[in-house]
Amino acid sequence: MKLRATILCFAAAFLLTAPGVLNANEKGTSGAAMDASAPVILIRNATILTVSHGTIDKGDILIKDGKIAAVGDTLKAPADAVVIDATGQFVSPGIIDCHSHIAVDGSVNEGSVSVSSMVNIADVLNSDDIAIYRDLAGGVTTANVLHGSANSIGGQTVVIKLRWGQPAANLPFEGALPGIKFALGENPKRSNFRVNGAPERYPATRMGVEETIRGAFTEARDYKKSWDDYDKRVAAGEKNAIPPRRNLKLDPLVEVLEGKRYVHAHCYREDEILMLLRVAKEFGFHVQTLQHVLEGYKVADEIAAAGTGASTFSDWWAYKVEAYDAIPYNAALMTRRGVLVSINSDDAAEATHLNQEAAKSIRYGGLTHDEALKMVTLNPAIQLGIEKRVGSIDIGKDADLAIYNHDPLSAYAIVQKTLIDGRVYFDREKELAARPALEKEKKDLLQKAKKKQDEEKKAAEKKPEEKKTEEKKPGEKKPEDKKSEEKKPEEKPIPPQGDAGLGGAR
Amino acid sequence: MGRRSVQLRLWAFVLLGVCTGFLATRTAWGQGGEPRTFAIRGAKVVPVSSAPLENATVVVSHGIITAVGTNVPIPADAWVIDGKGLTVYPGLIDGFTDVGVAAASSPAPAGDAGARQQPAISRGPEDRPATTPWRSAADEVNPGDPRVETWRLAGFTTVIAAPKGGMFPGQAAVLDLGGERAGDLVVKAPVAVPVSLQAPGGFRSFPGSVMGGIAYVRQVWLDTNWDIQANAVYEKNRRGVERPKYDRSDAALATALGKHAVVLLPANTSLQIRRALRLAEEWKLNAVLYGAQMGYEVAPEIAAKKMPVLVDLKWPEAEKDSDPEATPSLRTLRFRDRAPSSPAALSKAGVKFAFYSGGITAPKDLLPAVKKSIDAGLSPEAALRALTLSPAEIFGVADTLGSIENGKIANLVLADGDLFDKKTKVKIVFVDGRKYEVREVLRPTEPPKGDLTGKWKLSFATPQGQEEATADLSMQSDGTLTGSVASDRGTGSVFSGWVSGEKFSFTINIAIEGSSGDVVFTGTFEGTSMKGSIQAMGYTFEFSGTKPTRMAAVQAGGVE
Repeated sequence: MKLRATILCFAAAFLLTAPGVLNANEKGTSGAAMDASAPVILIRNATILTVSHGTIDKGDILIKDGKIAAVGDTLKAPADAVVIDATGQFVSPGIIDCHSHIAVDGSVNEGSVSVSSMVNIADVLNSDDIAIYRDLAGGVTTANVLHGSANSIGGQTVVIKLRWGQPAANLPFEGALPGIKFALGENPKRSNFRVNGAPERYPATRMGVEETIRGAFTEARDYKKSWDDYDKRVAAGEKNAIPPRRNLKLDPLVEVLEGKRYVHAHCYREDEILMLLRVAKEFGFHVQTLQHVLEGYKVADEIAAAGTGASTFSDWWAYKVEAYDAIPYNAALMTRRGVLVSINSDDAAEATHLNQEAAKSIRYGGLTHDEALKMVTLNPAIQLGIEKRVGSIDIGKDADLAIYNHDPLSAYAIVQKTLIDGRVYFDREKELAARPALEKEKKDLLQKAKKKQDEEKKAAEKKPEEKKTEEKKPGEKKPEDKKSEEKKPEEKPIPPQGDAGLGGAR
Repeated sequence: MGRRSVQLRLWAFVLLGVCTGFLATRTAWGQGGEPRTFAIRGAKVVPVSSAPLENATVVVSHGIITAVGTNVPIPADAWVIDGKGLTVYPGLIDGFTDVGVAAASSPAPAGDAGARQQPAISRGPEDRPATTPWRSAADEVNPGDPRVETWRLAGFTTVIAAPKGGMFPGQAAVLDLGGERAGDLVVKAPVAVPVSLQAPGGFRSFPGSVMGGIAYVRQVWLDTNWDIQANAVYEKNRRGVERPKYDRSDAALATALGKHAVVLLPANTSLQIRRALRLAEEWKLNAVLYGAQMGYEVAPEIAAKKMPVLVDLKWPEAEKDSDPEATPSLRTLRFRDRAPSSPAALSKAGVKFAFYSGGITAPKDLLPAVKKSIDAGLSPEAALRALTLSPAEIFGVADTLGSIENGKIANLVLADGDLFDKKTKVKIVFVDGRKYEVREVLRPTEPPKGDLTGKWKLSFATPQGQEEATADLSMQSDGTLTGSVASDRGTGSVFSGWVSGEKFSFTINIAIEGSSGDVVFTGTFEGTSMKGSIQAMGYTFEFSGTKPTRMAAVQAGGVE
């Protein structure tokens, strides 16, 4: 029965994400410009899963200026309000994915160095990534977009809202603290793969990973001191002080030391988890979240004591040695020991059904309905420091909502609409209605291109002699063809190749 | 004067030409005799900076335009060109290329000659990966680059050329495509610092990702500014202060930016364009974007930032021989369909833009590519401006280039009709006031039977006696011939040559009494022997040639 439900749910998820079948980045079905003021919306007669204060049967939500203005029974709406009749439907806070790699232009890994903190995911947000729309269709409204796990200290990370159709600059979650990716264990020590032509990179052991983090923070501390000294000298009136050289690798580490940047640490084993908590204590920084943390249940008390959050998978394990001791009870066990737990996707497709991933912790570990739903809403919001804005259905919070046809923890739940900032960014009905036109446009463009190609071919056949020689005049030698290709400025985004198994980086 | 003496005289010239043919095409300058004052009379003139003139005259003297108008006197010493049926345009400018710049020489590491070369591993920004901003196109001009001629024959008199390869390949210069020595080509340098964000390293070497490339370039600008700041302080008070370390990249960039070189940032898709606009602002750069083919989506945003752009003329198209089953995304299809409409959108939004050859390798494809953007809504006037005055303005050389005005450099294109008309042919090109006639390239009609590649000994009877020359020829698989003709007294290069079946023809250009003429070798070949005739100025002489086998060459005392 369970199996059948799961199959059904995957089938549903597939249907839901069928824009993939179309394979087109078409937008604009619901994307609106940010500057225009959001419409007043009344969601009427829904089962409201507030997450923070229980469930309201047959309630209304009033949305004004992109915020939740009122929640309750039979609210009065202004005359110009757009009414969404949600009779028989369920409204939950928008899903928050605490570990995502969507919307990144190029590789998610700067895998060349053990400390790649100079790179920033925020620089390469890709608003054209179709995964944004697909995840939106799965009810996701916010994602913590992380660097990969190829390095002990990875790149800077950014929390985004899935505002499909908006330029990349409008994706970041305003005011959310930026983060940095750390990674422990097999991926940064690279015991499982080698890069052709590259010498082996330090570190090659877990000991080395610790030393790399320690070394980087020692360097960052010295760097901070050099700036403090300089500021003092300038404050004392010294005119000929030469400032320290800005170091983009160390700047974010100083921010970590100053509590201005969250650490999101990829980890598996209990020993490395404890190691990182020790190192953090020694250097005086906080580990905001442990990511994956599949052996977290073994050291839950220590994680709870450190005030560190845990963001894990529902039931994904044994895909490599360090994941052998994983159990599906992890989320529930850590929760019961006082750890703030979220369930994440680490994967664009998995993110489309995070609601069902959360539901599994009811089956494995006996969490309550709301505890489970919190795993993908309020808990990740707290872990990302954005709980004042999102994560539950409360007055004053952003109107980031997912409307389902069933309870989102049901295998039959399919997202009908997804709202961000009080705007409908995904509308299943409109999506389905828009497809024929898009299919036609695609067919027409293909035909047009083919017609043009055939014409050119015909023209070429007409005068083969001319064609033949014109193609190669003296001076147009092969090497130049190659040259000019290189010059083409980034025409194609580089797919995250070469880091298979590390890109998603579990 | 009898016919014999005419022949004698002509032969003297032909031989002079054969012997100094190379000098004739490339170095006749300064030998005297070459006219330096021209008057193009009765032509349609399109100055770009002002309205077109019918039946007008352009006077060119010593490399400079000295008069333009419908009623200008023709200097007594001017060579008059009848402009009837011709339209005179300013020389076209390719806004970004490496035409005319020598390829980087990368010496193989000692003792490792056979090994495949891998670039050095970089472990961070401090290793300055793929960074050679000290390279200067002006210092690496290669007048022998065959594209100097092919670009010029297509009407491009000027290029903004930069060294190639890496993230900071080097400094760009404005080059005129005509000249004897490297330095003759340089109009202004440096004018631009091109940047690539394409990270070369992968997992092997830093940077290996787009974000790594951006982070790296960001660090380089910070370091460059720090260098300037720190050195200024240090120079005031050196004693007792730890000296700022010298960094070749920072120093070169600081110098180039100090000379007002613009920074070229890559940006083709709307994602990249918006990103580049942000980065240019963050980095406080005097930037110009290149690529810009998705400009149709974001032209108003570019205009709002007053950012000039260079548009890549190699429009996106389906990959040749791609998987016929694979369907590109709608977004890709839209891009291919709409890219040529970008210039029109940019023009409408008020963006200053210029064209560049980009991925185009055959100069004959350049103007048809521009035509596509005209078909997609760009006005022909705006298209012409984007090939002339706009690039000149973007690179700060509009005082001397880009239009037909009194006092500007005499770079002109004389075409037999509208430049963007498919049937129009470029007839004459002026570069720095030197006249280059465009000849029809002779074409082979069938595949070559045999290979003409090698050193041929040519002998021919002249009225003065038996003479010998060596033709060192190189044949490509399609029959195209290149090479040179040499005798004891000098060497001349082949500018047009082909092999078709067992027939061949190759031509050199020589100077005769201050004018130039072609010497055409035509004939047939079989194995290691050839025979045929030499034509020059309407006269014909027989010649024969042999290609000594290696053995024969060795026996004869050995070449090589």
